[in-house]
Amino acid sequence: MSQVYRLSNGGRIDRSSVLNFTFNGQSYQGYAGDTLAAALLANGVDIVGRSFKYSRPRGIIAAGCEEPNAILQIGASEATQVPNVRATQQALYAGLVATSTNGWPSVNTDVMGILGKVGGKLMPPGFYYKTFMYPQSFWMTYEKYIRKAAGLGRAPLENDPDSYDYMSHHCDVLIVGAGPAGLAAALAAGRSGARVILADEQEEFGGSLLDSRESLDGKPAADWVAAVVAELKGMPEVLLLPRATVNGYHDHNFLTIHERLADHLGDRAPIGQVRQRMHRVRAKRVVLATGTHERPLVYGNNDVPGNMLAGAVSTYVRRYGVAPGRKLVLSTNNDHAYRVALDWHDAGLKVVAVADARHNPRGSLVEEARAKGIRILTSSAVIESRGSKHVTAARVAAIDVQAHAVTSPGEWLDCDLVATSGGYSPVVHLASHLGGKPIWRDDILGFVPGEAPQKRVCVGGINGVFGLADALADGFEGGVRAASEAGFKAVEGLLPKVLARQEEATLGLFQVPHDRNTARAPKQFVDQQNDVTAAAIELATREGFESVEHVKRYTALGFGTDQGKLGNINGLAIAARSMGITIPEMGTTMFRPNYTPVTFGAVAGRHCGHLFEPVRFTALHAWHVKNGAQFEDVGQWKRPWYFPKGAEDIHAAVARECQAVRDSVGLLDASTLGKIDIQGPDAREFLNRIYTNAWTKLDVGKARYGLMCKEDGMVFDDGVTACLADNHFLMTTTTGGAARVLQWLEIYQQTEWPDLKVYFTSVTDHWATLTLSGPNSRKLLGEVTDIDLDKDAFPFMSWKEGLVGGVPARVFRISFTGELSYEVNIQANYAMGVLEKIAEVGKQYNLTPYGTETMHVLRAEKGFIIVGQDTDGSMTPDDLNMGWCVGRTKPFSWIGWRGMNREDCVRDNRKQLVGLKPVDPSKWLPEGAQLVFDPKQPIPMDMVGHVTSSYAANSLGYSFALAVVKGGLKRMGERVFSPQADGSVIEAEICASVFFDPKGDRQNI
Amino acid sequence: MLHIFCPHCGELRSEEEFHAAGQAHIPRPLEPNACSDEEWGDYMFFRDNPRGLHHELWIHAAGCRQYFNATRDTVTYEILETYPIGAKPQVTGKGASPQLAVSGQGEKV
Amino acid sequence: MSAINVYQQRPGNDAHAESPLHHADLPSLVGKGRKNAGVTLREKAFLGHLTLRGDGRDPAFAGAVFKALGLELPVALTVVANDEMSLQWLGPDEWLLIVPGGQELSVEQKLREALGDLHIQIVNVSGGQTLLQLTGPNVREVLMKSTSYDVHPNNFPVGKAVGTVFAKSQLVIRRTGEDTWELLIRRSFSDYWWLWLQDASAEFGLSIEA
Repeated sequence: MSQVYRLSNGGRIDRSSVLNFTFNGQSYQGYAGDTLAAALLANGVDIVGRSFKYSRPRGIIAAGCEEPNAILQIGASEATQVPNVRATQQALYAGLVATSTNGWPSVNTDVMGILGKVGGKLMPPGFYYKTFMYPQSFWMTYEKYIRKAAGLGRAPLENDPDSYDYMSHHCDVLIVGAGPAGLAAALAAGRSGARVILADEQEEFGGSLLDSRESLDGKPAADWVAAVVAELKGMPEVLLLPRATVNGYHDHNFLTIHERLADHLGDRAPIGQVRQRMHRVRAKRVVLATGTHERPLVYGNNDVPGNMLAGAVSTYVRRYGVAPGRKLVLSTNNDHAYRVALDWHDAGLKVVAVADARHNPRGSLVEEARAKGIRILTSSAVIESRGSKHVTAARVAAIDVQAHAVTSPGEWLDCDLVATSGGYSPVVHLASHLGGKPIWRDDILGFVPGEAPQKRVCVGGINGVFGLADALADGFEGGVRAASEAGFKAVEGLLPKVLARQEEATLGLFQVPHDRNTARAPKQFVDQQNDVTAAAIELATREGFESVEHVKRYTALGFGTDQGKLGNINGLAIAARSMGITIPEMGTTMFRPNYTPVTFGAVAGRHCGHLFEPVRFTALHAWHVKNGAQFEDVGQWKRPWYFPKGAEDIHAAVARECQAVRDSVGLLDASTLGKIDIQGPDAREFLNRIYTNAWTKLDVGKARYGLMCKEDGMVFDDGVTACLADNHFLMTTTTGGAARVLQWLEIYQQTEWPDLKVYFTSVTDHWATLTLSGPNSRKLLGEVTDIDLDKDAFPFMSWKEGLVGGVPARVFRISFTGELSYEVNIQANYAMGVLEKIAEVGKQYNLTPYGTETMHVLRAEKGFIIVGQDTDGSMTPDDLNMGWCVGRTKPFSWIGWRGMNREDCVRDNRKQLVGLKPVDPSKWLPEGAQLVFDPKQPIPMDMVGHVTSSYAANSLGYSFALAVVKGGLKRMGERVFSPQADGSVIEAEICASVFFDPKGDRQNI
Repeated sequence: MLHIFCPHCGELRSEEEFHAAGQAHIPRPLEPNACSDEEWGDYMFFRDNPRGLHHELWIHAAGCRQYFNATRDTVTYEILETYPIGAKPQVTGKGASPQLAVSGQGEKV
Repeated sequence: MSAINVYQQRPGNDAHAESPLHHADLPSLVGKGRKNAGVTLREKAFLGHLTLRGDGRDPAFAGAVFKALGLELPVALTVVANDEMSLQWLGPDEWLLIVPGGQELSVEQKLREALGDLHIQIVNVSGGQTLLQLTGPNVREVLMKSTSYDVHPNNFPVGKAVGTVFAKSQLVIRRTGEDTWELLIRRSFSDYWWLWLQDASAEFGLSIEA
């Protein structure tokens, strides 16, 4: 029979809507409104996994995000696998498929069972330090073993079919948590007209009110919740986000909220719907109404399935109509937990006994339980439970909390459920994400948020305000305060009437004493997710790990996805007692984002696939595609790399393209070069200061190559700048350096030389640049332009305006190939038409489009550097043998001049740029290969430089390279050697870095 | 993510619109060639790394493209003021009133 | 010879022209989207775009701009417009003037004449950028999915214009009407924006206007 533990009535579930699901291959049924955990409990599923170190069977403990055991793998298909889903947070849907993430092959018959006992010995606390330190080479083996055993789940092997995105918000008040305090705060803030966001991680708003015994204004608590939610929904500036976990509290009130929009709807999100959304919120004020987590008591075998948090039992009974047992024993140190006994009793189930650690409890809930005839054992606690796969009995004994001792032999009570409550820990995680130190309060036995610079208000349980009436009032007042601090006038409102209860103080009991000492008692678990026991914490302190952060790392307490939700305070209390100090003296560990795990999908948002990052295209891109280009990524740009014909590989294509440029004419899209329009009466002086060479005498109509250095004297960009008019220049930069150079110009103009009258504007995207290069470029261009191309009228390193292909153009006679070249700049909207005309006319000259690879080869043959390839931020112009480009007599101490005159920069054995010719011309020196003078020296060899550029396929007919070599410029004709990984050695001759047309006759005709 | 008041745009913007450009108020020596290697090295490479108030240079890269200075507390990450290039910081350590400096810039309330 | 090179960069109207979003072939998509689409996109192609730089605090500068254009120099984060053209603040010394296509040279000349000897910069950037107009009830949500800037009407009234981060790059957002927004984008990023906006508006329905 299914759902044997389902109560016949009650709960916020829809019994008319039956949902089928499977767990570990077994089919079950639940109802709409269930969480997966509720449905599993309704079906009597005890064991949901095996523990991390000891492989002990584990069951569901909690009803919310603090659940340490029921962490499952969800997904009906490979593509929809999601690891580490807490069954307590996953709404049930039809067809849900869940499996345990650990305890293979089956959680019930576990081969690890035997291993586990060994495993306990194999993995003592501190295994990170002890077991895995040596030998290092075993790590891979260990990792495999641990991963499988640790139940970390697995990622899908196929692409996630669902879509995830981000949404940014700005609000006046962000309220975290929609329990009583949060709802009251939302009402107050919402009524003021402020922009409000209310987020709660659960399926519906209400928090503790959804399973409360209390009535508000004489009506069930849930009715008040419904009325408040309805009112909030009617406010246009209020955004309600259920199923939304506020996961991170970041600087300046920036918070991230992980909303699960469709996780409750099915294995996949409905078509067109986003599965999860990351809200990125900037809030003027934050109201933290995160409430509390109930703390379990730590006693022997407290991890046997059937040991649960008291509050969780109430939640299952009242909210889901599920009773996870028949016979209840409650162990408590406070009044509030008595509601569990009352709920259980009211559901017609057997309360075997309540063990209350206090001497003489007299609170109103206690008296109510007494009045119903429930057996109450005072000064007592459950000191251990029994059962292999499920609890069968609990041992209750009298204890002396002060002496930490058991004072009676106690009795074994027959039961199948032990509910435990050790008090309530404020959920201070978010309040601590920015480093705010929580403060211990003895009166509530918990940490509350301390002072912090963040503009936030804490209300309700997180503030140590536990009573319902007080929490409502605290919440409302916090909402008023937040809204008014954000500039809104709050409207007063009446709060619902709540029956005042007399509650007595909680007793400070964390680890329950046992008649054997901690090391010998049955295992008392503090952190079930990380399998940390009380004995392990005691051992840690005995071994000298006295700082709380060290104890944490030694034992793994509060690691990983758990973040210390259940175990943190108990662990601190045990460590403190073990060391004979108080909890505040012990201090607490920090909590870090994220509060609960976030899927990678939500982190990535839409920034995946073709939207992973921006791709930039030139105005001529479609032409390159049509002409068969292969593309290369240069920064964000797609640039043609080479244009293969037929079955050509890159080497064949590049050899052909090189030859075509040297023999006739080639065409390159140079549009990606950075272009900066510079205007102002001081433009020329500015260039003098920013470039290494002199600009004072550059005439209008001329262009000049320039090097830019940082203040340290090292080259960081280069390019040609043309004088368009006396106060007007057009600067070009490297493709990758465009944005960097513009910012470089701006920072000097704005911060160092604001008196210089000069402005800069990027025109990179405005001009498309077509480079025609090769001996026939003049003839070809002459057919499509009205510009006089005669070599005297239009000499090398000058520019002209005129029509090209009927379109106004600026043509620059500069060359990066060593050939006669023209760079044709056209307003980008019109560039495609011009290109098509040139390509048509160019057929008779075998006009050959070439890409970046051929460009690299041809420039290297000429010894032209590429900044970033032949330089690496440690090379001065002199290192590059470009001293001709240094204005040594310029009056102003330009950027780089002082730096390159440091003692270290004028050594003559610095690495210098030279050419290399492999002695065997068929050998190719790999780029980046290290060089030595003597290949026979013992290892480690004295490395004297490295190869920066190297090309086998080129127009020279032999392999060549550019390299930096110590003192290389004075070593012409000498040999260097490059030992390769395969043991071979490539020998090369040092030569001048210009391999082709050293006098420049070809570009200057 | 910091929320930074751009003194030129006149409103708070997200950190992603800005780039930090290091410590503020480090002028380039007027006579670099007169600097010893040590003095030049100080200018080039040595920066303060205080616990507490720090004056920093930022650029509103995605917005108005202007550089400006910010006084930031390196412990709390609070930005106590932002001010244009050429201006002096109002918040300079002990005794200063951050409230004074922040008024008029920051959130609209 | 003039100190500045002012050049007619635009050919006659018969020249073959391709706007930054030419490759998307928007005209062929007109009428193909969902009916009652939440977002409608139009490229305002081939307008004249001029970057104007100068000293915004100098009354002579503002006066000359007004004289040449008939528009008051806009203050921070605003755009002013008349039937013909719009003038937008980009920074304390930088503005964007958008004029009907083909007028960029004559307007530049007019401005230069009015501004005389003042230290300024005017740069024709018409080929390097374009305007995308987004209209419809869901544009605000599309913007919220794309930028961390606050696009709530309280913070972003009609007439505001801001440069900010959008998806993984940068652009300028202008609000020109109750439900009408413009994105000023760089040419080389236009395909990225086109893909991004299709994706971000998919759930609301996207239609294309010529």
